[in-house]
Amino acid sequence: MAPLTRRSVLPGFGLTLGLTLAWLSILILIPLASLFLKTTELSLQEFIASVTSHRVLHALSVSFGIAFAAALVNLAAGVLVVWALVRYRFPGRRIFDAIVDIPFALPTAVAGIALSALFAQNGWLGAPLAKLGIKVAFTPLGIFIAMIFIGIPFVVRTVQPVLADLEPELEEAASSLGARRWQVITRVILPSLTPAILTGFALAFARAVGEYGSVIFIAGNLPNVSEIAPLLIVIRLSEFRYADATAIAVVMLVVAFLIIFAINRIQRWAQTRGVVSYSVT
Amino acid sequence: MSTIAIATDHVLPLAQRDARSEPRVLRFLVIAFAITFLSVFVLLPLALVFVTAFAKGVSAYLDALSGSETLSAIALTLTTALISVSANLVFGLLAAWAIAKFEFRGKTLLITLIDLPFSVSPVISGLVFVLLFGTQGLFGAWLQQHDLQILFATPGIVLATTFVTFPFVARELIPLMQEQGTQEEEAAVSLGASGLQTFFRVTVPNIKWGILYGVLLCNARAMGEFGAVSVVSGHIRGETNTMPLLVEILYNEYQLAAAFSVASLLALLALVTLVAKTILEGRLEGHPASDD
Repeated sequence: MAPLTRRSVLPGFGLTLGLTLAWLSILILIPLASLFLKTTELSLQEFIASVTSHRVLHALSVSFGIAFAAALVNLAAGVLVVWALVRYRFPGRRIFDAIVDIPFALPTAVAGIALSALFAQNGWLGAPLAKLGIKVAFTPLGIFIAMIFIGIPFVVRTVQPVLADLEPELEEAASSLGARRWQVITRVILPSLTPAILTGFALAFARAVGEYGSVIFIAGNLPNVSEIAPLLIVIRLSEFRYADATAIAVVMLVVAFLIIFAINRIQRWAQTRGVVSYSVT
Repeated sequence: MSTIAIATDHVLPLAQRDARSEPRVLRFLVIAFAITFLSVFVLLPLALVFVTAFAKGVSAYLDALSGSETLSAIALTLTTALISVSANLVFGLLAAWAIAKFEFRGKTLLITLIDLPFSVSPVISGLVFVLLFGTQGLFGAWLQQHDLQILFATPGIVLATTFVTFPFVARELIPLMQEQGTQEEEAAVSLGASGLQTFFRVTVPNIKWGILYGVLLCNARAMGEFGAVSVVSGHIRGETNTMPLLVEILYNEYQLAAAFSVASLLALLALVTLVAKTILEGRLEGHPASDD
């Protein structure tokens, strides 16, 4: 029964772990470290001045602010979509279930030009919206739309398996004890889904913050209006201002790490509450 | 007997309806919302790609796809995907063997590090290679002395693509192989099989659908990657443009039909990937990581 000796029967541990660590270091860790190395070329004052310049602050607030709002929409819309897909039967349900993954599978440049053409003033949706006086393409609203698009699969695919696995007995017990349907939903079902909903929200938020391809075509990219942080990195690079580009990247990366940390905490919290763990891309 | 049967007949459906479903109106509204939301945000953009691609007729569509620039972009995309996916397949198998079949300290940290590229903005994934191999970069001077070109050339594109698609195969295989345990491999080894024989005759047949699933998702991302590749490619026409980059150039030049023609190939790739993924998920039923 001694597990360690039994496992050591298999060969190749040193070789495979060594190669894994070497390849991981060369391709991922050293390149990412070069990012932090590059920022040391700036003094602390220069770094702060660089990332707090008006244009950079605006780009960061556009990326983080609109990504947050879009992730909130994904949260609400995602839960409703999951509810319809898991609990109800309607024509085309399997097709709608399958196309939830499209934003994940469709190359971002393709999504970008498609959304841009769809919401342009002569587009299928842009034209009727323009008649109502709503301009979407080439405004911050366009960024919002693109970020909603890119975040759809995350909330749906994290919440869907949890709702599907939820024991019907819980609801029946609550209901037989006299709870009304909306009480069952808000006090029994939603609390069980909360860790999954939060994880999906964080994943959608993280993805939207760094998103580039699907956003830049519809954004209009006006400095201080509709310019996202990743685009400003590209602009700084084309001006050969590498240290300034890197400073923006470091800020974004640190926030991305904080989001991963938060997701790990949510999942650990979910495990201690006995909710099934899951993994999402 | 019969009275009890009648009683349950009446009581059970009522109790169930109360406990597990919502009023008809609400049900209708939720379904209508789901259909509208997914149609507006997913179906319409997808349909628009194909409609615009064929807006000027089939012959214009085929012309756009058979131009020399398009053909060289397709060739570069296929080459890049082939190298990146192969590299990440080998890495994924090595990492999954070490992580799933053995116990060691720091395993959770290692898995987090492997997942890292997923949480990095694609633009930053390209930027790191500019910082390493650009003229001002760490190895820039050395590369120039030896007349080696990485940035604004195929090697840079391959590196950035491999970075972005790094986790796909590994994160698919690790939970699958962990779930399968080590007993079959131990049996093979104790019966005298070598390490490689064990791996190719015992492990690989058990994980072949998982491998295919990981490769499929990895390939879709590799062929479609835009942000990271855009930073390192230098946009040299006919030389360092992949299909997504060509889509951008054509779109910015207002060649809408041509841009959407190339885009339709990439959209087709996404659709084929999704169909294949759905079929594979049937074969991987009960597999914990199939929910992405």
